[in-house]
Amino acid sequence: MDTATSATDTPDLATAAPPEVSYVLTDEQRQLQEMVRDLFGDRATPERVREVMLGAADAAFDTILWQELADYGLLGLTIPEAHGGAGASFAELAIVLEEAGRRLAPVPLLSSIVLGTEALLGAGTETQRAAHLPGVAAGTTRLALAHLDVGGDLLVPPGVHASRTGDTWHLDGTSAYVIDGASASHLVVAARTDTGALELFLLDAATAGVSRTEVEVLDLTRPMATVELAGVEVGEEDRLSGGDAMAALHRALTAGVVALAVEQVGGIQYTLESTTAYARDRIQFGRAIGSFQAIKHRLADMLVELESARSAALHAARVLAAGERDELAIAAPLAKSYCAEVYERSAADGIQLFGGIGFTWEHDQHLYLKRAKATKLLLGDPKHHRALLAELLGL
Amino acid sequence: MGVDERALIEERIAALFAAHPPAETDERTFWGAQFDHGLAWVQFPDGFGGSGVSPRWQAVVDQRINDAGGSTRNRINNVLGIGMGAGTIMAHGTDEHRARYLRPMFTMEEIWCQLFSEPGAGSDLAALSTSAVREDDHWIVNGQKVWTTLGHLAKWGLLVTRTDPDQPKHAGLTYFIVDMEAEGVDVRPLYQITGEAEFNEVYFTDVAIPDDLRVGDVGQGWTVAMTTLMNERVAIGGNVQPRGAGAIGEAVDIWRERHGAHGDAVTRDQLLQLWTAAEAMRLTSVRAKEAATSGTPGPEGSTAKLQWAELNKRITSFSVDLLGPEGLTYPGGYSFSRPDGSADVDGAPHKRFLRARANSIEGGTSEIMKNILGERVLGLPGEPRVDKDKPWREVPRS
Ligand SMILES: Cc1cc2nc3c(=O)[nH]c(=O)nc-3n(C[C@H](O)[C@H](O)[C@H](O)COP(=O)(O)OP(=O)(O)OC[C@H]3O[C@@H](n4cnc5c(N)ncnc54)[C@H](O)[C@@H]3O)c2cc1C
Repeated sequence: MDTATSATDTPDLATAAPPEVSYVLTDEQRQLQEMVRDLFGDRATPERVREVMLGAADAAFDTILWQELADYGLLGLTIPEAHGGAGASFAELAIVLEEAGRRLAPVPLLSSIVLGTEALLGAGTETQRAAHLPGVAAGTTRLALAHLDVGGDLLVPPGVHASRTGDTWHLDGTSAYVIDGASASHLVVAARTDTGALELFLLDAATAGVSRTEVEVLDLTRPMATVELAGVEVGEEDRLSGGDAMAALHRALTAGVVALAVEQVGGIQYTLESTTAYARDRIQFGRAIGSFQAIKHRLADMLVELESARSAALHAARVLAAGERDELAIAAPLAKSYCAEVYERSAADGIQLFGGIGFTWEHDQHLYLKRAKATKLLLGDPKHHRALLAELLGL
Repeated sequence: MGVDERALIEERIAALFAAHPPAETDERTFWGAQFDHGLAWVQFPDGFGGSGVSPRWQAVVDQRINDAGGSTRNRINNVLGIGMGAGTIMAHGTDEHRARYLRPMFTMEEIWCQLFSEPGAGSDLAALSTSAVREDDHWIVNGQKVWTTLGHLAKWGLLVTRTDPDQPKHAGLTYFIVDMEAEGVDVRPLYQITGEAEFNEVYFTDVAIPDDLRVGDVGQGWTVAMTTLMNERVAIGGNVQPRGAGAIGEAVDIWRERHGAHGDAVTRDQLLQLWTAAEAMRLTSVRAKEAATSGTPGPEGSTAKLQWAELNKRITSFSVDLLGPEGLTYPGGYSFSRPDGSADVDGAPHKRFLRARANSIEGGTSEIMKNILGERVLGLPGEPRVDKDKPWREVPRS
């Protein structure tokens, strides 16, 4: 989707002062952060992450952690209180996403709580929201967004086609790279209609004619599926008809992009901490390897880049929370393109700093490199986002 | 000299091909005949698989074999032997060693591995702790090695041990050939980020090595090990490939298939930046080969190793980016197998991307290569050393 389309075309975006948002955590947010840190630290241990990622647990995601996130009300942070949520904002959700990214927690936060929920909030009717959001907040409903075609190109219309007879919609086609697609209970499907318009449908994943195939993924901590719809029939009541579908999809993807940036910051933070600790302990040539400037300078560079990445991601999350749509059009691609590149560099440097041990399966650093590479390519690579920025800035 | 050498090599190639047409001869027989015709490592003397000429002619020989439908995959599948062990045995072994080990190494009847690195000694190889204690006509070895590529297939290992812990670290080392099937050698797989186990950890418990498997004098292990490492760096970085082969060729193919006429100018320029760097590097190795005289490669080998490692990492990463969303996949999945070669040379771009992360670690890290270039080639002063003259026993280790 073209994130640039909804932005106002004011020519001075390149120089205009961005709206003021605060980056300081409130006391409540700080408490939330501590609580979430403890929770992920206790639950998303490296052993547990591997168990889930290698298919040795009871599901393709961490059901225990997921249930706890639900119990603590953390799945419903952005869901209105009327629909079983906490009625907080993306600023709070970002705290959860960063910790999840730091631990590589294999839970469907991005798919269900960000992409699916934002699409539903954007285009669902009151009835549709009331029907599904309480389940999402409770963790029992898990949404996955199927919006791509088989090639996965963001600039190409969805691979699913929708045609209508009376009150029945017929859905046919294939959507690839659906995040958590195989384990989701419900799918939010973007489809093209006969007139070329875009519609969103929310359907039970067990609907007749839906088949889902797991994709062999680079990053095992985030499963994806190819979703095929063959002769699927849904009713008009399953079409998200409370708002403009295109705008809702755009809203969901923008939130997804910000979520990824925040998650990337968590991963960079982890990498910096673990490599610094190792550089302090590992002795070669009779001294800690961190005493060699080649190593020390690299870690210092990583720190500087982390700080910039954090600023970009935090800005995007705060702007999204504040509902500053114009600024978000800049902040989201800024954060995603910048954080993705820093994450990839840090994660790869991390392997180098660990030496031979960093190249082993047993060591966790490769999981971060794979997450970095995958999140770089997910929902638009850095070039895509920089092109959007260039357009917005009139360059 | 060059003309005579060319004539000699041409003559030997012709004789080899006449007796054993490369496309029709089974690999092992062919490699044996190649050895007997002095074309296994041309810079070695007659009788040891060589012709006593400049090593630059090896590329010519290998190219001709490949063009004629023969195979040179032994250089890859037995790289620790052919690329590193042979040069070491030639330089420091006895005639008995040369006669016994070189030919079956080249024919791949016997696979070799390199037992240098330990958990506590990687970049700082000379700090290693695996001990060898003399008892009459043999040595008793105890300790642990790690990252041992192809250890699970190897018949022989190149082993560096500590024989005198009271000497400064470089002085107390001794080098051996060890039988990997000997009593007390335990090889366990170590899985890599690709999901495959090319390398292993190897435990030695009271392993007896006959003294006649010692390479070089007692206490001379560091000198012998340096020969192995110099050969390794050339084996890793110094291979001359045809223009557009290898990782850059793969990137170009992906560009053609998926971007081609619709590709954007920025990405194309990035591809071309990598292409020009790869080609300039390739020409540097052609030049180095031409200039090389026989004997052990010097520290300049680190130039090629460093450049190749860093560039290969960049190119393979770029290739995955070129795949776009398909870069999110890992075709074939993580297999948890123990391959008989290195994934570096085959596999999907995704696997090559992961495998390439090791290029700047294996055979000496890029940081160490830079130290070598700075200190040994440019002659810059070294880092202050806290460990150099102390007895090994007293040096801190992790
Ligand atoms: C795929 C693979 C295959 C291998 N195969 C073999 C094999 O067959 N046989 C074998 O013996 N070994 C093998 N190795 C081991 C390899 O040689 C070592 O991993 C390498 O020498 C680095 O040692 P280390 O892993 O202990 O890292 P360390 O030496 O602990 O290095 C950690 C980090 O510190 C940096 N560092 C260390 N010293 C300095 C310094 N003075 N200045 C600046 N930076 C420094 C390093 O560059 C690195 O980034 C293999 C390794 C890999 C990855």
